[in-house]
Amino acid sequence: MEETAGEIKKIMYVNRKAPYGTIYALEALEVVLIGAAFEQDVMMIFMDDGVFQLKKEQDTKALGVKNFSPTYRALEMYDVEKIYVEKESMEVRGLTVDDLIIPVEVKSNEEVTKMMGEADVLLNF
Amino acid sequence: MKFGIMVSEGPYTHQAADTAYNFIAAALEKGHEIYRVFFYHDGVNNGTRLTTPPQDDRNIVKRWSELAEKHEIDLVLCVAAAQRRGIADADESKRNGKDADNMAPGFRISGLGQLLEASIQADRMVVFGD
Repeated sequence: MEETAGEIKKIMYVNRKAPYGTIYALEALEVVLIGAAFEQDVMMIFMDDGVFQLKKEQDTKALGVKNFSPTYRALEMYDVEKIYVEKESMEVRGLTVDDLIIPVEVKSNEEVTKMMGEADVLLNF
Repeated sequence: MKFGIMVSEGPYTHQAADTAYNFIAAALEKGHEIYRVFFYHDGVNNGTRLTTPPQDDRNIVKRWSELAEKHEIDLVLCVAAAQRRGIADADESKRNGKDADNMAPGFRISGLGQLLEASIQADRMVVFGD
């Protein structure tokens, strides 16, 4: 991996799906955690049903799957600090930042579009 | 241009594997380079040699293997995703105490770091999935 040394790319992880029902959210989080070792300029955006991934007090007992939401709290330790939620997705689902498990920055759809345009890499989950 | 590719969906159920394949074939024909194809989520099912489609249908797995052989393309199955879904090469199978392996020729199993590395190395990362 010596060739990657010195090159920093803007990597944007786009999380669009609900935390349960499909595995995308969990496997996306695994990419972000592993990816932290590459020391790139990373950001995460949660939009559409993806905003539910950060919802407080998730209870998965009845589903029989693991509640992995506490792992989002570890992102800070991995130096993943640019975490955004899309304003419109939050509003339409009746969510505010107080409903979320970690501190986030709220961005409008227009701002998200701009950020996507500026990113070198978009990984959609 | 140097392309990195991620395939996030399994074959036959979803068009992603076909579209990715067609994209890669077209890119190669135009003289572009494919740095790596990384298979994630159900995409790892593109790498089982036990796939047996009806004779009048395309064989998606075989098509990948042939592409890898002809153009020396790096086809990587995510190890964590592959373990969940029962895709293993001989080493993985042995390590996990299984009685069989099923990885198709031309593929290899490796970690998520390969996705990140491809994202950094490639000029463009293209994701095929939902």
